[in-house]
Amino acid sequence: MQGLDQLKETASQTAGPYVHIGCVPNFCDITGVFPEDLGCRMVNEHTKGERITVRGRVFDGTGTPLRDALIEVWQADAEGLYPSPQEKRGMADPNFTGFGRSPGDMATGEYVFETVRPGTVPFIDGRPMAPHITFWVVARGINIGLHTRMYFPDDEEALKADPILMRIEHQVRVATLVAEKTGEAEYTFNIHLQGPKETIFFDI
Amino acid sequence: MSDGAYFQRDRQWHPPAYAPGYKTSVKRSPQAALISLNNTISEMTGPVFGHNMLGELDNDLVHNYAKPGESAIGQRIIVYGRVLDENGRGVPGALVEFWQANAGGRYRHKKETYLAPLDPNFGGCGRAITDDEGGYRFRTIQPGAYPWPNGVNDWRPAHIHFSVFGHAFAQRLITQMYFEGDPMIWQCPIVNTIPSREAVESLIAPLDMNNTIPMDARAYKFDIVLRGRRSTMFENRMEGN
Repeated sequence: MQGLDQLKETASQTAGPYVHIGCVPNFCDITGVFPEDLGCRMVNEHTKGERITVRGRVFDGTGTPLRDALIEVWQADAEGLYPSPQEKRGMADPNFTGFGRSPGDMATGEYVFETVRPGTVPFIDGRPMAPHITFWVVARGINIGLHTRMYFPDDEEALKADPILMRIEHQVRVATLVAEKTGEAEYTFNIHLQGPKETIFFDI
Repeated sequence: MSDGAYFQRDRQWHPPAYAPGYKTSVKRSPQAALISLNNTISEMTGPVFGHNMLGELDNDLVHNYAKPGESAIGQRIIVYGRVLDENGRGVPGALVEFWQANAGGRYRHKKETYLAPLDPNFGGCGRAITDDEGGYRFRTIQPGAYPWPNGVNDWRPAHIHFSVFGHAFAQRLITQMYFEGDPMIWQCPIVNTIPSREAVESLIAPLDMNNTIPMDARAYKFDIVLRGRRSTMFENRMEGN
């Protein structure tokens, strides 16, 4: 029989406790190597859309916040376009990166993103997905990065019609993907790695 | 061609979330099953970074934190390789970030308490963006092994951490590179989170004397494979995707 000639993906390993050295060196006082940490600014003064702050913490199975996690986000711009060469539907806002990276505060574990509210993007069959921000979480003790999504509590109708949320068997868990509105333009999205409040994680 | 969904991740090949030999994973591993999600545009797009973001010394850890005229102490090495996808094609424009301890196994991090000293000329971070063929390279010093509080007497093998961005958020990967012949590899609880010997072997960089620069630096080759993607030749895709 012929072979398929495909390679195996490189195996994941934990990011470890010192992920900051490589990913956010300025945050951990390694200065003078990179001018600024990658992903520390998603918007500038010209970015279109509604400015929002997204903050939260990542909790382990005992309810203790992780103080050594690294959180990355990826999202569409205010019009629902991704600033990526793979985006074929139009030109995304050139003043928006779509990508953010935030370490948890070393004392409290809190991460923060200053961004814009994402527009609606289509599911594979063209139906609209509710506005969302894709999250990727790595840390000491996490062997392979965890993917999840954050949705907005004010999008009630869109949430009910979201093609991904609709088909989740345990509907009681959908709430773990919906942020809490904690201010005028501020959302809090806590991630629970394990236990009764465990966040839904995706195999994407 | 090849603009369809990414190949499903083989989660029997990757380490599982719960791997009790690595103690921290016990309370940091989800217990519910992952929810499978066909790739949407949210997963099939991702940030791409331009070569113009790189500084001149970003891929030279021997000098990028050193005082003028000085350099980091340790065995000078070049680490090079290609970022490929599972179809064997080079991935151009991939951002590769790396970080490591110094020659004595000491990290430059305020939460690190190991008694081995810091090297004043070594920071421990660098980055590169792959060329048109997916190639990358950097210069550094070989990191030392270091002890960590897991078992009573656990030591990490010498390793360099890698973070890789392909073209899609679905390809996002963090891993670790180990060095050929290091006896610590097979004793390490973090290495041993990986189920098969074959998958571990793919994280071990061979010494490459052919690319070693005489009287200067030895070379290690480390290729990284990201997820490949299907061709869409027989796939009906709705407008807007």
